[in-house]
Amino acid sequence: MAVRSAVVTEGAGPAYDDRAVRMFTLAAVVWGVVGMLVGVVIAAQLTWPELNFGIPWLSYGRLRPLHTNAVIFAFGGCALFASSYYVVQRTSQVSIFLPKLANFTFWGWQLVIVAAAITLPLGLTQGKEYAELEWPIDILIAVVWVSYAIVFFGTIGIRKVRHIYVANWFFGAFILAVALLHIVNSAAIPVSMWKSYSAYAGVQDAMVQWWYGHNAVGFFLTAGFLGMMYYFVPKQAERPIYSYRLSIVHFWALIFTYMWAGPHHLHYTALPDWAQSVGMVFSLVLLAPSWGGMINGVMTLSGAWQKLRDDPILKFLIVSLSFYGMSTFEGPMMSIKTVNALSHYTDWTIGHVHSGALGWVGLISMGTLYHLVPRMFGQTRMYSVKAIEVHFWIATLGIVLYIAAMWMAGVMQGLMWRSVNADGTLVYSFIESVKATFPFYVIRLAGGVIYLGGMLLMAWNVVKTVQNGRPTPVRIPSLARTAGAAA
Amino acid sequence: MDVLFLLVPMSVLLVLALLGVFAWALHADQFDDLEREGERILEARPPELDKDQPGS
Repeated sequence: MAVRSAVVTEGAGPAYDDRAVRMFTLAAVVWGVVGMLVGVVIAAQLTWPELNFGIPWLSYGRLRPLHTNAVIFAFGGCALFASSYYVVQRTSQVSIFLPKLANFTFWGWQLVIVAAAITLPLGLTQGKEYAELEWPIDILIAVVWVSYAIVFFGTIGIRKVRHIYVANWFFGAFILAVALLHIVNSAAIPVSMWKSYSAYAGVQDAMVQWWYGHNAVGFFLTAGFLGMMYYFVPKQAERPIYSYRLSIVHFWALIFTYMWAGPHHLHYTALPDWAQSVGMVFSLVLLAPSWGGMINGVMTLSGAWQKLRDDPILKFLIVSLSFYGMSTFEGPMMSIKTVNALSHYTDWTIGHVHSGALGWVGLISMGTLYHLVPRMFGQTRMYSVKAIEVHFWIATLGIVLYIAAMWMAGVMQGLMWRSVNADGTLVYSFIESVKATFPFYVIRLAGGVIYLGGMLLMAWNVVKTVQNGRPTPVRIPSLARTAGAAA
Repeated sequence: MDVLFLLVPMSVLLVLALLGVFAWALHADQFDDLEREGERILEARPPELDKDQPGS
């Protein structure tokens, strides 16, 4: 019987193997603090460039990729590993496939993160946004990612429930798409241990880079976290998703349309005009499945809205969906070429990214981690529920300050750069627009500090919860019953 | 724009592969009783597994 392969706890039936989930959960909190701290440092450097201190390793150009890699791949990545391993076991009613390989993905991923934290400040980079890491680290990423795919799809393969729950479809698409994107975009010719050149040149390289870059947003930062949403929103609300049928439509519509949105990052460049237009059209089409998914998640609370008042974890999850809706509306609008002519290269883009990153990815991860941490350590809830409530309001305030400042700064910059006198000369020099942005940079920094403060409160709450609990295996319900019937 | 000769065929192949996966899901009865599947994750003790479940 399949029961034999599962971990057996004190004669009480087989249990889920949550070791990797537990480690990834804690790592997500640690890297969240680190990544957001680096974000605050570079926001301060943009405001007061003296804070570079003339030290190359601490200069903005080197710390900025460290920030993006830490928050996306370390914080977001660990949260995705933890939640996907947790969800695939529960929804398949089976213990994880090859638990040792799952543990390897943990240590391998931590090694990637540490290698990034060392090489990026040293200035070792391929110079591709969100794909800066040099070729030896790229190979390690590929090995870890293939192992991840084996563990995840292996667990699906040995599932005891015939239907594959929708969250697993999203996680599965995220894992496969990221593997493809990483391998194609990272193709490079090494010339030494820490230097390589891209296999593509010029605008070709730009096209591959933004095919990768936008799909990294689409599959890493969207599909993966939607997998999280489709499991943890119903679980925390104790209600099934508003329309399971719509969730299936959401999945297929999203993955069929995402792949060609990338060219909108290259409007008005050397990229052929038709490719830019294709990118814009696909971006606009994406609005439909995105909003379908957002409405599906939020309406799960239909008829039970009072839960939103009482449960701070639900506040995190539902408000994250409203930021998902906001940024998936804003994104298609910014991909329209005439809007892009104003917004591109300004801080509006930074505001847009952070409404998605802080609002959608950050809040949904925090809500999920607050759900996971007590369950991973034999507790029913976090040490302080009040602190979760405070964290929610702090985080929301931080996001609003951040994105409002960047919207204003961005539109102002766009308008200043395009103002021309009657004789055709520019009204403003570039440095005048930098000077005018200063107050908004101060407000953005304040928003970032507040958001980091919320994350520190979370770290304290997690430490307290872990201290009061201990790792407790959770039995597999259907297998326990099967085992009981057989005995 | 030679790279489009790589990216476009790759996207077309990907869409065909996705259609294949969708066809598999359809024929494997993944979409048979959808609203029921939405509720299953909330049950602390799932009901008896279907007789034709794999592994049961």
